[in-house]
Amino acid sequence: MKFSYGSQRKEYGHALVDLGKTRKEVVVLDADLSGSTRTADFAKEFPEHFFNCGIAEQNMMGTAAGLAVSGKVVFASTFAVFATGRCWDQVRQSIAYPKLNVKIVATHAGINVGGDGASHQTGEDIALMRTLPGMTVVVPADAPETYKATMAISSRPGPCYMRLGRLDFPTVTAPESAFEIGKATELRDGSDITLIGCGIMVSRCLEAAETLEKRNVSAQVIDMSTIKPLDEDAIAAAVKKTGGIVTAEEHNVLSGLGSAVAGYLVEHDPVPLRRVGMMDTFGESGEGEELMRKYGLTAEKVVEAAEEVMRRR
Amino acid sequence: MPGLSTVERVLNAHLVIRTFPFRGVPLVAYPDKVISDLEKEANLIRRHIIKMVRAAGSGHPGGSLSSADMLAALYFKVMNHRPTDPLWEDRDRFVLSKGHAAPAYYAALAESGYFPKEELLTLRKLGSRLQGHPSRNKLPGVEMSTGSLGQGLSVSNGMALAGKLDRKTYRVYCLCGDGEMESGQIWEAAMLGAHYKLDNVTAFVDRNKLQIDGPTEKIMSIEPLPEKWKAFGWHVIEIDGHDMRQILDACDKAKEVKGRPTMVIAHTIKGKGVSFMENALSFHGKAPNDEETKKALQELGEES
Repeated sequence: MKFSYGSQRKEYGHALVDLGKTRKEVVVLDADLSGSTRTADFAKEFPEHFFNCGIAEQNMMGTAAGLAVSGKVVFASTFAVFATGRCWDQVRQSIAYPKLNVKIVATHAGINVGGDGASHQTGEDIALMRTLPGMTVVVPADAPETYKATMAISSRPGPCYMRLGRLDFPTVTAPESAFEIGKATELRDGSDITLIGCGIMVSRCLEAAETLEKRNVSAQVIDMSTIKPLDEDAIAAAVKKTGGIVTAEEHNVLSGLGSAVAGYLVEHDPVPLRRVGMMDTFGESGEGEELMRKYGLTAEKVVEAAEEVMRRR
Repeated sequence: MPGLSTVERVLNAHLVIRTFPFRGVPLVAYPDKVISDLEKEANLIRRHIIKMVRAAGSGHPGGSLSSADMLAALYFKVMNHRPTDPLWEDRDRFVLSKGHAAPAYYAALAESGYFPKEELLTLRKLGSRLQGHPSRNKLPGVEMSTGSLGQGLSVSNGMALAGKLDRKTYRVYCLCGDGEMESGQIWEAAMLGAHYKLDNVTAFVDRNKLQIDGPTEKIMSIEPLPEKWKAFGWHVIEIDGHDMRQILDACDKAKEVKGRPTMVIAHTIKGKGVSFMENALSFHGKAPNDEETKKALQELGEES
């Protein structure tokens, strides 16, 4: 499949600048990674509304809370591993529990981080954030969706977590398509199996669907861009339509998208399911695409999983 | 103290009550009546603390009693606030970073008129708005949910940044515990406060010298505390945290400081006001029994 590619981070920076032009209450914080997260784009345009907190993520989250409680819409950015793991208690105590309007937008999620290795990669961030009561968790599939999602979370009251990648992602959503928090998007219709992906794995699902088509399997592809609140209606409709599901995420299969979907299925519509993702492992150094292959985050794995589900059905 | 080892001297240091006489002239010469009224409020807060913790059967009397005078000064004199309009946008903000002093905080809020005093005795009960540690979404007047130590100063800084952005003149007050000084986030916040020149922040550390497991200097030494805050770029004032004039003067002086935040190191006595709770580790997080309650209230001048 031929995709064009775009940077989620660039679109995040772009969206922040656009927000800054019209929304005076928007404040952006970073922890010494503003060049990488692209909050520097906002800082350049609106220096008064940008605060670099230095390499002190816990304090950044607390400061974000204080700004939010004073009426600001606060975006706080750093790498996903730090934004969720290093300061989880601050996010829990000072942001989620008091239900504050802080948007944690973390870049360099998953394993496509590449050469920095396991210390800077994370397959745990969705799990850490989705277990927090009241936390919205958004994982855009590509660059255009990142822009739309940034705009959407800026208008949604309460705490949000949004996860972005380092690599340029294949563009899978249409420019004109609407984005709504909590609503999945069907990217391809199909009747035999449903492939539900988030983030970069949505493109892998689309590739897998093409391969499956050649094998006379009609696969539906769903972009589950919001992990929480989960679009249960979309899952229910998929179950009715195809009766078998594969999830795909660049995250530990424990407690991520796959677990969220599995939780719904076992309670409501127990149909066969396979989860593709990181198999309870840390990553390592390497090129992003190499790592994706080594750790099974490929279209081939999605195809294998789909065929297995079809056999079990 | 000859014959004592260095360690023993440090251990005993918390028992020495230091006094901090006024240095220089106070900015405002408060009439005696103002001071005595505030002392009465502090005493009232202390009586509420005893009754609340007794009714709850658990809670933190020691660190609540050591904070009572500062809370009385803030809520009944220093801060601009409107109990009938808790979200008044120009109000001074207060963050109880040492969230376990909630009983003292709730007593100050109730006496100010944020909610009915009768509700104080529902502390820690199922369905109560008075959670064991403060929750901003439950109780009017509570600016921020706290309880997990070390976080309140960061939040105060955020409020102060917002105040500067909005060109507001409100001040942010934050009350920290001394055990909290062991927490790394406090020092991250210290750096940010100085870096962004948050002269609209006045923070207090309730230096009662005891934490749950023992004297701070035995568990994890935090001294030399004034030198640390000075080195982090803060204006530091040391006071006797039970001397109402010194508390008020520190707040007045902090308002005069430009370009940096102020840390008031308030030397206090854990359990202050109740003889058998003073400097008693056992009353960090334990409720008094019936007899102890009666005695405590007698000592605090409650007429039965």
